Amino acid sequence: MATGFHIVVCGSLVPDPLQTLEPVETPSGPGLKNEMMLPSVLDPWAAHALYEAAHLAGSTSDSKVWLVSLGPKARLQQLMMNIAQKVPFELVALDGPAGGFTDAYEVAAALAGAIEKIDGLDRSRLLLFGGRSSASRDAGVTMQMVGERLGITDQFLAVDKLTVQDDGSLRVLERIEGGMYLASGCEGPPAVCAWSTGELPEPPNNPQVGMQNMRTIMPALQQAQPAAVGAEGLDFQKVEVPQQRRDTKIVKDVPAEEIAREIVEWLRS
Amino acid sequence: MASVERQSVEVDIVCVGFGPATGGFLTTLSRAMQDPETQPFLMSKAMPGMPLQVVCYERADDIGFGVSGVVTRARGIRASFPDLEPGEIPNAHEVTDEKLVYLKDPVGASRRPKGVKGLDAAMASLRLLGRSKYQAVELPYIPDFMKKDDGLVLSIGQFNQWVGSLLMSSGMVQIWPGMPVAEPLIEDDTVVGVRLVDQGTDPKGEPTDAYMPGMDVRAALTVVGDGPVGPVGRKLDEHFGMPEDHHQRDWAVGMKVVVDLPEGSPLQPGAVFHTIGYPEPEIFGFLYVYPEGVASLGIFVPSWFDSPVRTSYRYLQHWMMHPYIWRFLEGGTLRSWGAKTLQESGRRGEPYLVGDGFARVGEGSGSTNVLTGSGVDEAWTTGVQLAEGVIELLKEEVPFTRENLEAAYVKRRRESWVEKEGRVAEKARDGFQRGFIAGFIGMGLSGVSKGKINISGPSRRPYERVPSLADYYEGVLAPEEVERVRRETTAAGESLHDALMEAAGWPVIPYDGKLLISHQDALLLGGKVQAPAGYPDHVVFLYPSVCEACETKLCIEICSGEAITPGEGGVPQFDREKCIHCGACFWSCTQPREDDPERTVLEFRAGAGGLHSAEN
Repeated sequence: MATGFHIVVCGSLVPDPLQTLEPVETPSGPGLKNEMMLPSVLDPWAAHALYEAAHLAGSTSDSKVWLVSLGPKARLQQLMMNIAQKVPFELVALDGPAGGFTDAYEVAAALAGAIEKIDGLDRSRLLLFGGRSSASRDAGVTMQMVGERLGITDQFLAVDKLTVQDDGSLRVLERIEGGMYLASGCEGPPAVCAWSTGELPEPPNNPQVGMQNMRTIMPALQQAQPAAVGAEGLDFQKVEVPQQRRDTKIVKDVPAEEIAREIVEWLRS
Repeated sequence: MASVERQSVEVDIVCVGFGPATGGFLTTLSRAMQDPETQPFLMSKAMPGMPLQVVCYERADDIGFGVSGVVTRARGIRASFPDLEPGEIPNAHEVTDEKLVYLKDPVGASRRPKGVKGLDAAMASLRLLGRSKYQAVELPYIPDFMKKDDGLVLSIGQFNQWVGSLLMSSGMVQIWPGMPVAEPLIEDDTVVGVRLVDQGTDPKGEPTDAYMPGMDVRAALTVVGDGPVGPVGRKLDEHFGMPEDHHQRDWAVGMKVVVDLPEGSPLQPGAVFHTIGYPEPEIFGFLYVYPEGVASLGIFVPSWFDSPVRTSYRYLQHWMMHPYIWRFLEGGTLRSWGAKTLQESGRRGEPYLVGDGFARVGEGSGSTNVLTGSGVDEAWTTGVQLAEGVIELLKEEVPFTRENLEAAYVKRRRESWVEKEGRVAEKARDGFQRGFIAGFIGMGLSGVSKGKINISGPSRRPYERVPSLADYYEGVLAPEEVERVRRETTAAGESLHDALMEAAGWPVIPYDGKLLISHQDALLLGGKVQAPAGYPDHVVFLYPSVCEACETKLCIEICSGEAITPGEGGVPQFDREKCIHCGACFWSCTQPREDDPERTVLEFRAGAGGLHSAEN
């Protein structure tokens, strides 16, 4: 009897946060200036989820990872050139907007629908991973709704650490206020884990992993189904990005404590 | 380091670097792989039963990062895409207007030798300058060889992304950004593939706990398109040498910004400006207008600008503030910033184009035309020519030997417009060895006579041209003053040029936080520069004692990202996280190696990271 996990990671692209992001009104609603020109990265919270999933699958025999991504197909294709080299996964692609002006309810419905159609997915072994929120614009509710649609009641929505116990049960540390953790346990899958940071660094690029992944990625992109999640009917009253104030100072050999002190002073000023 | 066990994979064709040349190669090859007529011939030997296995490794973190705005006649590109609509490519537009502009020195600090002063005076005597409050003359004539009025303005970053997207969606080839190639694999003078860089090392290349040796990718054909400072191309040059009388001694660094023009800008999409004369006579400028109120603009600082403190960023800002340019930019906002090296030896810098198991395309193969100021279209075309040759050889089922590649690729190239125009341009810039005026006249003569008449000059290596600080500032700053500035900046760990330029009369740049920003802010706001951890330093000072004794340390002054700074004990220090991989340090180093006068003691290796902007 198979004992490994079937881990489905929900994660898509966000504009590279290093870029200049400027909200504009477009004929199809709010958007970002030159959005199609902006480089994209895997949503950082989803990236943690993916790396944790790959690590768990790698250390638990008979496990498998799927990455379910909803985004513009061309942009997803470009994103895959980067992340496909990181860890092994099988892609399930949905073609739709991912610019931060989508409706979480519709996104959850599209993701859940795609997960239900995954061939060979054993729902009794399912761990549903994703980010606790999205770096573009998100209320932090999408993963919860995807889980509800799939009938998963064990949900952990700010996960930093997941440990599989000897008896197969799961121990989860969730981030809560005050710099503390909430320790929880459940008997095992199915469960939802929406990750905060995890504990793993970004893996190095592995060309062999990339070549292996690419055999399924291109067919998945070609078969990507359209997903209408564009917040039709929603009215965005106001859109703005946080104000920035920049000061650059180059320092050498300054202790971290001193740098921290200067930053605090700067913030107070 | 002890020998380590490396993963190895076998493919049919491995490409190094994803630029226009590799884009042309892969576009042509992938189409043939989908064509029912040619597809049966293009089957894999590495993986029998599968289509040809073609992979491309690109150093930058994404395809399209860290390149430049261009104006191009796009003959080769349009031949590949006959129905090309510029609107399909962000930031592309047909050329609608083209101007060649002479800029006078509005601040009085530009180094203007007698000839240039004469040119200034001649313009003034014609009352041309006097008529313009913008201190510039729009020249009434642009030579035919320079004209791009039937061409396109392009962001090469966006063009590369567009091409890459088409290629990836074909499913025929794999392109992997963020994966630098360390070196070619050479066995018995045959190139059998490439070795990727080691990951999980400390800055010196020593393994850490996360060490992952770079994989060997073995292939019947290695396509080298890694540009002017690519490590694979240069390793091939080291191994095979250069053809007789060929050398790469002429370089330039192009530094540019992409700007949101102020509202109500009179500039129309497709407008092109070429400038000469300022901030120093040797520095050329460009401004290309993209659609939707965006412009790409910048300068070229060449290796024949004989300054021991040449800097691109500071000169770029002075050029932007020239009244003729500033009237367009004032009120605008910087979107992007970057720099890259150009190999300006052209055909004279052409290496061996092919050998057993390898072929070279693009700028690193000497395809750039320095007379017409065109490189992208030529690079693209060499890639197409190689693909056509490769398809021919695969059909004939013959191996990728030097002889076969000569017949299938080099012959095509020799018979093409790239070669014909490259030969016209071969000596076009020799006059600059004698100074700006001689160089300018020489270019004109070469162009008008189609290469029959040229002004020659002694061919000197870049480091043979660099004067001492005292000589350079003679008559402007006293030697004691120069020495004082040098001592103070070294003690402060800063570069010399800012302090010396201000002492020499260049005004302080009035930072506005939007367009005129500090160099470090340009890295962060414009270039979005970063480097992933776990890779070795790719700029290496091979002989610290030589660097310690070096008086000019031009590597520090030219560094586009301020990644090289004065270090303890006099040896420059390198900060990988600021490097934009322009490679200007490599050709600006003033200290030759004892065993090879064509090479210097600064080594520029394969490295990860750099610019994160695709709008350039």
